[in-house]
Amino acid sequence: MRLTCPLCGDRDRREFYYMGHATYLDRPAADAPAEAWDAYLHLRENPCGPTHDLWQHEAGCGAWLRVTRDTATHEITAVELAR
Amino acid sequence: MRVPGYGLMIDRDAPLKFRFDDTWVNGFEGDTVASALLGSGIRLMGRSFKYHRPRGPLTADSAEPNALITTHDGARRIPNIRATVQPALHGLRTRSQNAWPSLAIDALEVNDLAAPFLGAGFYYKTFMWPKAAWEKLYEPAIRRAAGLGALSGEADPWRQEKAFAHCDLLVVGGGPAGLMAALQAAEAGTDVILADEDEILGGRLTREAEQIDGRPGHVWAAETVTRLTALGVRIMPRTTVTGAYDGGTYGALERVSHHIADPHPDLPHDCFWRIAARACVLASGALERHIAFPMNDRPGILLASAVRAYLHRWGVAPGRRIAVFTTCDDGHRTAADLRAAGIEVPAVIDPRADAPDDAIRGEVVATRGRLGLKRIEIRTSGGGRRWVDCDALAVSGGWNPTLHLTCHLGARPVWDENLATFLPKAGAVPGMTVAGAAAGLFSTTQTLESGAAKARQALDGLGRRHQPVTLPDARSEAARQIAPLDVRAPKGVRHRAWLDFQNDVTTKDVRQAAQENFASVEHMKRYTTQGMATDQGKTSNVAALAVLADATGRGIPETGTTTFRPPFSPVPISAMGAGAEGAGFAPERFTTSDPAMRKAGAPMIETGLWYRPGWFPQGSEDWRAACTREAAMVRATVGVADVSTLGKIDIQGPGAAALLDFVYTNTFSTLKQGRVRYGLMLREDGHVMDDGTTARLGPEHFVMTTTTAAAGQVMRHLEFVTQCLRPDLDVALISTTEQWAQFSVAGPHARTLIQSLVAEPVTDETFPFMACGAVTVAGIAGRLFRISFSGEHAYEIAVPSRYGAHLWRDLLARAEALGGGPYGMEALNVLRIEKGFVTHSEITGRVTAFDIGMDRMISAKKDCIGKAASRRPALLAHREELVGLRSASGAQITAGAHLYNQGTRPDAENDQGYVTSPCYSPALGTYIALGFLRDGRARMGETVRMVDRVRGQDTLVEIVAPVQVDPEGGRARG
Ligand SMILES: [Zn+2]
Repeated sequence: MRLTCPLCGDRDRREFYYMGHATYLDRPAADAPAEAWDAYLHLRENPCGPTHDLWQHEAGCGAWLRVTRDTATHEITAVELAR
Repeated sequence: MRVPGYGLMIDRDAPLKFRFDDTWVNGFEGDTVASALLGSGIRLMGRSFKYHRPRGPLTADSAEPNALITTHDGARRIPNIRATVQPALHGLRTRSQNAWPSLAIDALEVNDLAAPFLGAGFYYKTFMWPKAAWEKLYEPAIRRAAGLGALSGEADPWRQEKAFAHCDLLVVGGGPAGLMAALQAAEAGTDVILADEDEILGGRLTREAEQIDGRPGHVWAAETVTRLTALGVRIMPRTTVTGAYDGGTYGALERVSHHIADPHPDLPHDCFWRIAARACVLASGALERHIAFPMNDRPGILLASAVRAYLHRWGVAPGRRIAVFTTCDDGHRTAADLRAAGIEVPAVIDPRADAPDDAIRGEVVATRGRLGLKRIEIRTSGGGRRWVDCDALAVSGGWNPTLHLTCHLGARPVWDENLATFLPKAGAVPGMTVAGAAAGLFSTTQTLESGAAKARQALDGLGRRHQPVTLPDARSEAARQIAPLDVRAPKGVRHRAWLDFQNDVTTKDVRQAAQENFASVEHMKRYTTQGMATDQGKTSNVAALAVLADATGRGIPETGTTTFRPPFSPVPISAMGAGAEGAGFAPERFTTSDPAMRKAGAPMIETGLWYRPGWFPQGSEDWRAACTREAAMVRATVGVADVSTLGKIDIQGPGAAALLDFVYTNTFSTLKQGRVRYGLMLREDGHVMDDGTTARLGPEHFVMTTTTAAAGQVMRHLEFVTQCLRPDLDVALISTTEQWAQFSVAGPHARTLIQSLVAEPVTDETFPFMACGAVTVAGIAGRLFRISFSGEHAYEIAVPSRYGAHLWRDLLARAEALGGGPYGMEALNVLRIEKGFVTHSEITGRVTAFDIGMDRMISAKKDCIGKAASRRPALLAHREELVGLRSASGAQITAGAHLYNQGTRPDAENDQGYVTSPCYSPALGTYIALGFLRDGRARMGETVRMVDRVRGQDTLVEIVAPVQVDPEGGRARG
């Protein structure tokens, strides 16, 4: 598997650290209800098809990336800086 | 036997000798072990897996199921080498496998007589009962009787290598299609790698009498290779592309020195390549099919294409009278080539209605010859039967495109009714196109054309401009039509017809599987073990599923194929993991004091990737004595320790303080410049991630210290927070762990030592407890932190790493002059347990701030990572809480032991907690520990029972506060 880091270019999977679903980008407000925190921390879809992952180019530039990946074909359709 | 005037690739002026079992075998440079053995008249090369049937080579290539041998001696022994691809080397030791006492007289050949009982599922049905006998009796016996070659049992001394390569276009296979594909792409200026499993490129051109552009095919191939090299193509001979993976990554095994009799010791045996290719042309050719006729496994029965290969490439004929049995035109080509070489062809048998006139229309229904073929029985289409004497039989059942790589990402091949074969599914692997015989194009003209065309298709995909290359002129034989795959065992014939030679699977086994309702192809495979041997069923898969289709009354397309997985051919694990043996298993990180500490006899202990000293033995001290002495020394005089392995993260910018407030539970924006604060960091789920001290060196400049273990995790976390959660903060981070050598100086004489070293005054006014600042150490700009992990008056002093080794020596000399010395990890651990400081033995990832008694460190005035989740009610009551433990009996406390209330049964139900960090405390003169106890903070003074089932300890311990030495902290402050 290879990912194209927007800053460094096409790199081997071994340079990247995988964190999980891109849900982690949408942190609830400090005073959000418990349900919102539960959803943020624990509840994930398990799609057959496109999904969004967070990867860090840990052995490269250090950038956190939002990767669009197809769980059925493993095709990577987008790699963007996570914001 | 050798055939005069033949042998394109052997050098008759370079004879060589190698040993096969107890015989010296003559061969020539260019021979394989199999060709040299056949050339010497030896056809019997192995015994089959289950029935111990005598076997000879079926192929002349890597698909070989039978001719498996062991090469080399002692620890260098390599089992299951295919004699058909192993180059014959002068002096090489080779041995047959799975035969005892000898290949010709194999005692376990009796298995073959028992064959009616040993069919599919025999083991499953027979060895069911009694259960205990499986491990003790049945399995060892079966393993002895069945099997392939054995490993030496010693450490593998072969040097292995792994490597990475990148290219625009990877061409898999160096036959006519692959050569043309590489040429087309190289002419367009593309960066090309051409890999072929053979030593010499050319594919079938090295094994046939064929003309291209008016010269022998192998000459054209060699000239093309020269041209490709000049164009910058990286040619990789002896390299099998073994797998296709996501994103254009391919695995490949290069047999680097298998062809060298006396390789240089630095030369690897194999190299496992990971090739990243933007596009790929698969030109892997095709594999000939065997025919499932009765007793089709005798030595001397070979595939027709293999017979031609042995004749043309190696000048070898597997017999003097070679009959041919074929269901396609290819067998007739073998007959013609043999006759042209003066070899007698007593019969050509072809069951097709439109068989050529000189062929016998019929089929082979029986064979004879225990250790090698002697005669065959033919039944003609008219029904007549007769025996024909022959010592070899060339068989062709048509061709299967070598499409394995197209299936590695999950695609299934597509059945083609006209060609009676499976073809690769279009688009099966992104970026891969399939050319030549692998795509079902079997004439040389077609393969040349298709190689160039598929390369152009790949170039279009890469956005490269190209001019079509000129196609060479090849013999354009009539399309070699294959008869529809006919798999029905002849009616009225009892004998077994083999499909999978290596695993001894016959047509009967497959039919039996269907009968017992293992009718899905995946079930049949597992029930019969067809295709599960080291050759992965290359010569048997399609025939086996055709039998299954017939037995279940389905068509071949509905029956489908089993899954093709990497590797395409066997890859030694030692090549994939090359470099990872011993110290290569993980990177090693060394502190600047490492050489001096080793010289002092300190045993170095792995902590993550770092190596840290356990203790510094004096005289005949064991670890306990040294540790106790060092811990007492720190409390009495002064000790020095290297703490450079702690993670250091430099944090700068206007947003630095806000970032720290967000990632730590407590507040750092209020920290004054020149001061240090202890910080606790949570994960977003409310559990403790790490702890450490952070110093404020300037208004917008902090240095964070992490634990050794969590340095990487914390850095990753800070990057995530700054990039993704708080991009509003203007802050920059960098790890400086490697840039600073940092040493702890601890004990009552610590200030005396530090003051003797640094230029600046070090007093309670200039450097009070938890102060930090710049100092000058022998003219070098350093940093001084007054922090303590031992509970003593202590400092950490840091200098740029290049001065670390020198400062360590200097510190040691000064400490020794004050009656102190170095202390290691064991003493460091004792000192912190006495003080109740936690490490990752306590903050294991399942522990909250509440659990370690630091809940009040979660500031109520601000948000922080993990705050919301840490407020969950279940995390704030009835928890296992951090406590100190003290031996009530004087007996040792052991790590991992569990705690129970006295009078209860020590089982899981009554479990009250566990011990995390035990030690012998020289300060208290007894065994103490840290641990977790249910509702522990409310239970001070209680005595509980400690049970360690691993070490057999069972004793009473007293519950005390975690801080057991100097609870008021006066020693550190004073
Ligand atoms: Zn990058």
